[in-house]
Amino acid sequence: MTTPTSGNGYLVGSNLERVLRANHFAVTAELGPPQSADPQVIKKKAALLKGYCDAVNITDNQTAIVRMSSIASGAIVIQEGLEAVIQMTCRDRNRLAIQADLLGAYALGMRNLLCLTGDHQTFGNHPNSRNVFDIDSLQLIQIVKGMRDEGVFQSGDAFSGPEPRFFIGAAAAPFADPVEFRPYRLAKKINAGANFIQTQLVYDVPAFARFMEKVRQLDLHKQAFILAGVGPLKTPTMARYMKTSVPGILVPDALIERMEAAGKPWAGKSKEEITKEEKKARADAYKETGIQICIELIQQLRQIEGVAGVHIMAIEWEEAVKPIVEGAGLYPRPMVAEKAVA
Amino acid sequence: MIVADQKPLNELKSLTRGGENVLVVGCGTCVTVCFAGGAREAAITASSLRMAFKLDGNSRQVSDVTVQRQCEWEYLDQIAEQVKEADVVLSLGCGVGVQAIAEHFPETWVVPGLNTSFMGMPTEQGVWAERCAACGDCILGLTGGICPIARCSKSLLNGPCGGSEGGHCEVNPETPCAWQLIYDRLTGMGKLDVLMEIQPPKNWRAARDGGPRKIVREDLRLAKEEE
Ligand code: SF4
Ligand code: SF4
Repeated sequence: MTTPTSGNGYLVGSNLERVLRANHFAVTAELGPPQSADPQVIKKKAALLKGYCDAVNITDNQTAIVRMSSIASGAIVIQEGLEAVIQMTCRDRNRLAIQADLLGAYALGMRNLLCLTGDHQTFGNHPNSRNVFDIDSLQLIQIVKGMRDEGVFQSGDAFSGPEPRFFIGAAAAPFADPVEFRPYRLAKKINAGANFIQTQLVYDVPAFARFMEKVRQLDLHKQAFILAGVGPLKTPTMARYMKTSVPGILVPDALIERMEAAGKPWAGKSKEEITKEEKKARADAYKETGIQICIELIQQLRQIEGVAGVHIMAIEWEEAVKPIVEGAGLYPRPMVAEKAVA
Repeated sequence: MIVADQKPLNELKSLTRGGENVLVVGCGTCVTVCFAGGAREAAITASSLRMAFKLDGNSRQVSDVTVQRQCEWEYLDQIAEQVKEADVVLSLGCGVGVQAIAEHFPETWVVPGLNTSFMGMPTEQGVWAERCAACGDCILGLTGGICPIARCSKSLLNGPCGGSEGGHCEVNPETPCAWQLIYDRLTGMGKLDVLMEIQPPKNWRAARDGGPRKIVREDLRLAKEEE
């Protein structure tokens, strides 16, 4: 792993870094900001996650839909006593805006950053907008590292005064095409300066294990902390949708069948026949199964050498994080001293 | 070549509104090759407009002429008389042609008959695809001759992103993923090492981001003076 350079014996000293360096199996979770200016939404979600993860990822206009900004939401999350992982995409900002926002994010107390390319804007709610893509996620990693370790902006200009010290994260898409290149692209991100990795959702553990085998051959797991992405399935429809329509996600048929089986008691009833109460009971049965599957996935992923933790993406279902973390035996979360022992 | 697409007839009618004498000007170069604004299309556009005007019950005149290249003064000189007689010129040239007419004939009202789309080539009969975005600093030497600026939806220099699936881009299943193409080509040639290099942020100043561009060739200017 990259040599720690801060006075505290850490590269950055964020809670996430401390937990990972202490060899605890880390847990991060995702928090989606609201499509409004309501701070209460963030506070409510933060309360659901507090104590159940080591840091919270705050998405940046996820799927190209306008939401409260990641950094502003992050400031609220910090006030609520959680640690934030700011997500930053290259879609909406050029190198000036990105660097300016990162200086501000650090000043507001943010210490972890996930560098992303960003979903294309045509998927979102402003499909007629222009995109930026001045830089890509790899170049973003390099820029953040340059600001942190050398005190220089992308232009090469040095700045005086405190540098923004971020624990640098990057994404990996183990199942996206071309599949054979994915471990190498991960290597590129780590070479660029990524300290931790959060992967796309994993449902197919054997396929992920094959990816990790290549990752170990390239020795990447020793150069960055790899957190496997997991997420509870909510309904069989969602599982099928992810399998067929989301690039880079593999959902084995067995899991889809398990989700379907959870709805068996209500099978054969038409839309008109099924009562409100039955609908709710069925939804709860699906959810329970989805959470159970997620717990099992975490237990299996934990067995794979080189997996340093999990990143739980319970999109618009933050309530699920608590039972998942508890069920996987990952509660309570460890407390690691702020100063590393030399 | 420059690839363009015809505007719908209704838009042409509205653009030429108020002109009694409409002159449709085709161009004999790129837009001829992509069947958008050559002599044939100019004649068809003129007759469609005539028919439309007739149906609307008015007697506006529409004629057409095609020059070899709308983007050079000397070819425009050849149609100076016809242009002067027209109340409105409907140019079927690319955006450069339309502007050349406007600049060359300051008194003339000129409107575009095409939507200029991109620089590309025909890939099969009736299909044209984008190939170059004129970024001003060509990097095809790094990518095996496949342009990620024009052909990757995110213009990534270190692709592919996580949206690449089955060879196509996340944005549109009809669009090949440029980075899959680059990957296939470079690995096919045993050049994985080229792909492993991290490309630094691009100098976009050479592209449109640096302001309107201009090339001045002093050698050619001197040669002209010596003539
Ligand atoms: S790299 Fe630039 S100049 Fe070269 S083909 Fe692509 S857009 Fe055109
Ligand atoms: S899928 Fe391929 S072409 Fe589309 S944005 Fe991603 S890398 Fe570019």
